[in-house]
Amino acid sequence: MQNTIHTLKKGEKAIIKDFDIEVIPLKLLEMGCLPGSEVELLQIAPFGDPLYLDINGSHVAIRIETARQIEVVLIKNNLQ
Amino acid sequence: MSVQNINVALIGNPNTGKTSVFNQLTGLNQQVGNYPGITVEKKIGFCKLPHGIKANILDLPGTYSLNASSMDESVVIELLLNKNDKLYPDVAVVVTDVENLKRNLLIYTQIKDLEIPTILVINMADRMETKGITLDIPLLEEKLKTKIALISSRKGTGIEDLKNLIVSYKTIQHEPCLNTFDIDPEYFSSLQNLFPNQLLYKLWLVITQDVNFSNLDRNEIRNAFTKSHSELKRLQQKETIKRYQFINDVLKDGLKIDASMAKDIRAKLDRVLTHKVWGYVIFLGILFLIFQSIFSWSTIPMDFIDGTFASLSSWAAEELPSGILTDLLSQGIIPGIGGVIIFIPQIAFLFLFISILEESGYMSRVVFLMDKIMRRFGLSGKSVVPLISGTACAIPAIMATRNIENWKERLITILVTPFTTCSARLPVYAIIISLVIPSKRVLGILNLQGLTLMFLYVLGFATAILSAYILNKVLKLDTKTYFVVEMPNYKLPLFKNVGINVVEKTKAFIVGAGKIILAISVILWFLASYGPGKDFNEAEAIVKERTAGKQLTEIQVENEIASQKLENSYIGLMGRAIEPAISPLGYDWKIGIALISSFAAREVFVGTLATIYSVGDSDNEATIKSKMQAEVSPSTGKKIFNFATGISLLLFYAFAMQCASTLAITKKETNSWKWPAMQLVFMSGLAYFVALISYQLLK
Repeated sequence: MQNTIHTLKKGEKAIIKDFDIEVIPLKLLEMGCLPGSEVELLQIAPFGDPLYLDINGSHVAIRIETARQIEVVLIKNNLQ
Repeated sequence: MSVQNINVALIGNPNTGKTSVFNQLTGLNQQVGNYPGITVEKKIGFCKLPHGIKANILDLPGTYSLNASSMDESVVIELLLNKNDKLYPDVAVVVTDVENLKRNLLIYTQIKDLEIPTILVINMADRMETKGITLDIPLLEEKLKTKIALISSRKGTGIEDLKNLIVSYKTIQHEPCLNTFDIDPEYFSSLQNLFPNQLLYKLWLVITQDVNFSNLDRNEIRNAFTKSHSELKRLQQKETIKRYQFINDVLKDGLKIDASMAKDIRAKLDRVLTHKVWGYVIFLGILFLIFQSIFSWSTIPMDFIDGTFASLSSWAAEELPSGILTDLLSQGIIPGIGGVIIFIPQIAFLFLFISILEESGYMSRVVFLMDKIMRRFGLSGKSVVPLISGTACAIPAIMATRNIENWKERLITILVTPFTTCSARLPVYAIIISLVIPSKRVLGILNLQGLTLMFLYVLGFATAILSAYILNKVLKLDTKTYFVVEMPNYKLPLFKNVGINVVEKTKAFIVGAGKIILAISVILWFLASYGPGKDFNEAEAIVKERTAGKQLTEIQVENEIASQKLENSYIGLMGRAIEPAISPLGYDWKIGIALISSFAAREVFVGTLATIYSVGDSDNEATIKSKMQAEVSPSTGKKIFNFATGISLLLFYAFAMQCASTLAITKKETNSWKWPAMQLVFMSGLAYFVALISYQLLK
């Protein structure tokens, strides 16, 4: 299965691969959510949504439906 | 001839301390107004610079980029694109946070590309050491082609450097950061060929932004250059990537972060504040603290204000030469102003709490915590901020919905926000609660009056949420859902910022509401002091005739005359005309008058009763409260403000839409009369219905 931000576990880091530009708000791009950026899942809200991310140093929260659209490649061994 | 002031525009992302910089530069020397036609707040301050130069400092709304997604952001672009605007900046100052420099520089590169002289402020320099950050300022200045002021608005350092840079703004390079051609050479060269005299980046903004643009006919540009929405967005993405490449290149050598130094309390605090149990417990605890303390802390100054104005009235009545002007002063104007001033403690407390929650960065955690729950009711996590701000005033609260990206969620938030207990309801609640709810303690510590107030707040929120749920089912709107919320770092709120915010907001509210209340008080006094026909004009004779056989003291006769006059005055007739409609709710015609007058603004209720009970009353020393307490029904001899009437009134005020300003702002923000009309009918209908049922059950 393709990894997206949605499939990350808490504390995991990944590199953003690609996404469908139509469904991603421009504001998120401006916050640094661009192909090649590093993303870490910091927190998951109590009912499983939204997700609290560190994207390239920007701390933002997005909803799962957006997170699902952003493909990522997991950075291995970042949890030791 | 005096030298013209320099126009300085402060620009920057939210949460960069831009407003702190503004406060540092201008002190309290600020003016808050609105941009013409829209309700975006416009803050201008004045600042004395070295060499006797003066500057107008304009604090523009916080924005992430020049791609406007809200009205607040459009203001920034419209100003920067319009050279003829009298506020068009001679120099732009872009404020950034040293910890978020990369992201904050995005808008800097955009402003720079508009070829406006741009100074870069790197703020929060005091945190560099603990975060292990080092900057190579000369290198950054060279690569970013500007001058940099490294400052700490918190500690107040570096402000003088910034002032010196502003003075010498003419020496700053105009060279852009990004060559717009590079985004897409083919597209942009043909665009430039069509409009050879225009700055390319400006043209690009005009094409992509939905803003007014006066210099050029934007339709002409757009028609000449149709591209599909997704093609434009693709180019915007390309632009953003190019800008980040530039920024990364600059920061690679200019910024060093020693990660081992970064002891972050953010993660620890986040773990607790967004915890699935503790997060909610803490949030509820904070709400509880706010409401319980507002009620108990503000009663002391409020009682004092109430008493002061009562004695002021009687002083005016006794010491000034008697006559119509003195009557107007002691019975109309002074109680009217008192009715406004009495708001100050509670409003100031509410704004204080909200401002601390916003400044500390906690509000974003609440948004994060509440989003999933709120979505079930058709709202967004971001609706929490308006709903909490609504406890101060629905008007700024409705304006605060602008950052909700989804139109349906935003519309629902706007529609239900007026249900939250705004501060205008507080004086009404406060006086009625103190009249009909005993001041007892339950469970040892909880004050019954405080609990009642708390219940009314909960009721307001619950009704808002429930209405949202219904609206979500009823409204058929197809909108894309976007939700992006920045989670800023935690900060200790700055006393100066919080203080200025509280003073400004309270002042604006008091002046705004005050004008209405004062005007209505004066009108009411006239309507209550004059009447048609002989029932009013021959009141003395009628009463003397009626009481001729009875043994009455002089004072009793005087009171009889006063009430005969009031009952037959213009306002008395109006009140009595609606009495049949409101008596099933437990109200008499005097309350009816207060209801009529408070349809423009609900806070007028207390002032109206104050005016009504003062007219013709020789004993001005009694406070409004004791006058209301003493009021009995002439037919039954029972107290007017009894338990059933009190509860009915509380519920009526909890639900009714009695605020002309809120209706006006809803019209402005939704651009349609349909939604405010719906608010008015639905809310007031509900209020009547609930008040009716409660009175009939309790009486």
